[in-house]
Amino acid sequence: MIINSSFLKTDGEVKSPRSAYGETLVELGEKNKNIVVLDADLSCSTQTCMFHKKFPERFFNSGIAEQDMMTTAAGLALAGKIPFVSTFAMFATARCLDQIRNSICYPKLNVKIVATHGGITVGEDGASHQALEDVSFMRSIPGMTVIIPSDYYEVKEAVRYAANTDGPFYIRVSRTNLKTVFDESNYKFDPKNAVKITDGKDVTVVTNGETLIEAINAAKMLEADGISAEILHTPQIKPFFAADDLVQSAKKTGKVVTVENHSIIGGIGSVVCETLSEKHPTPVLRIGTNDVFGQSGEQRVLMEQYGLTSEKLYEKIKAFLKK
Amino acid sequence: MNGNIKDISFKEFTNTVRGDILKMIHGAKSGHPGGSLSCVEILSVLYTKILNVPVEWKKSSDFNKRDRFILSKGHASACLYSVLARLGFFNPEELMTFRKFGSRLQGHPSTRYGLEGIEASTGSLGQGLSMASGVALGLKLDKNPAKVYVLMGDGEMQEGSVWEALMAISHRKLDNIVVIVDRNNLQIDGSCDDVKSLGCLDKKLEAFGFEVQTVDGHSEDELTKALSTAKASNKPFAIIANTIKGKGISFMENNAGWHGKAPKDAELEAAMEEIK
Repeated sequence: MIINSSFLKTDGEVKSPRSAYGETLVELGEKNKNIVVLDADLSCSTQTCMFHKKFPERFFNSGIAEQDMMTTAAGLALAGKIPFVSTFAMFATARCLDQIRNSICYPKLNVKIVATHGGITVGEDGASHQALEDVSFMRSIPGMTVIIPSDYYEVKEAVRYAANTDGPFYIRVSRTNLKTVFDESNYKFDPKNAVKITDGKDVTVVTNGETLIEAINAAKMLEADGISAEILHTPQIKPFFAADDLVQSAKKTGKVVTVENHSIIGGIGSVVCETLSEKHPTPVLRIGTNDVFGQSGEQRVLMEQYGLTSEKLYEKIKAFLKK
Repeated sequence: MNGNIKDISFKEFTNTVRGDILKMIHGAKSGHPGGSLSCVEILSVLYTKILNVPVEWKKSSDFNKRDRFILSKGHASACLYSVLARLGFFNPEELMTFRKFGSRLQGHPSTRYGLEGIEASTGSLGQGLSMASGVALGLKLDKNPAKVYVLMGDGEMQEGSVWEALMAISHRKLDNIVVIVDRNNLQIDGSCDDVKSLGCLDKKLEAFGFEVQTVDGHSEDELTKALSTAKASNKPFAIIANTIKGKGISFMENNAGWHGKAPKDAELEAAMEEIK
């Protein structure tokens, strides 16, 4: 398998994407006094507590009041600040969707929503805390940029990029501590293009977030069976600048699979289908949660039950290619 | 109204604003006369006597020092637009574009169109106070002494997020916020008491840590005194302004039916007669 080794790590170490967020906030806060941070009583989980400790005067805990938090962030942006707003993806989106739409995106305010605990891997807390529709909600609002980074280093890059780019952002961070994929010194976050992880000719696999590492491992298993998969990693799905890369790959392979720790409705699966149906109709298999709620369980058990582990991806992609 | 605001009486000014509101809503064949007419005196006192906002808007070198006003009850936009235009923020001729395609005078205020004097996009109720709270925090971080004024509807106080915001403002001791409640006691489906009573609003606000004054929301003197007290206060301050929905037009007064309905030709004519 040809791996684009220039910016990838072959032997990544397990690191917390949430810590990456907290550390980057501190780094940004040191450089720019206009960075302010809001959280809703989950600062130890989201890791905004690092910023709180360092810059207490610029940290605002809204308590358990996400609607007030989101609109307060809008007000801070009106006053020229760059607010980063965090809580779990479940509460950072659906709970305050009207506030995000009307008070942040409609006036194009410079608010950065960084939600942790996106996806089924919230684990034991169960369906009430497992955001499987958050990306769909955020992607449908005009003017919202949506990024789903895949590892510790990419979270850092995405957060820095958001801080330096005007306008509303939604960045989805997983709860799971993930094996790093990217080489810190050589990988540069670039929303303009898809990141080609592997070159392949039999199938294109489009993914982002914590399923990237699963897709890479699945591609290794497919390779043993003589199937070469081209993995495209598209961390930014809105605006979706990677359409040309996707079409080019689809023209080559003729079959496309999308993989996400999210509902198959409204996330990367939808982005790929919308793009291909307009530009180059291609058979697509969408892998994600299949319009269902999650349930309690250990992270790996849930990944397996909902078909997102590398083994499950391998099986599903093989079956799809046989059709 | 012609000429300088300083040359006319408060009554003449408010009559002009009422006339604008009626003509704009008539011209648009839609809008919210009741809640626009109830806050005419509140906005007129604010903009002529209390707020420090340059009519040159962003061109002013004092722009950053301005007091901020957020119309949380965004449906009263016609009143705000008229007051701003009559004070010179933009040309009053633009008022008649209200609610029409391509206008800067959107149905509910929006910052997207660059209309001079508009601080915030509002319309979805229950959000202006949290927004004010964020602006107030930002001003404090910058050691900017400006104040933030926010006008709420009383029906709007039924939104739970308003109470989240009140709690936050009090907790953070944001003494640079002045909340004004346009207490006209009516909402779309009838009286606030029938739909969902606010009960003792003053006591509720006090319990949330606010200094509260209740005034006649159509009295220039009472509003001026209360707002001046609020401006000097070192506590979060709330003014409950008792008002009459549809104030000034006999057949619109205290009638929930005029919440969101445009007057027909004959109704406009009759209404204009009353405020001559």
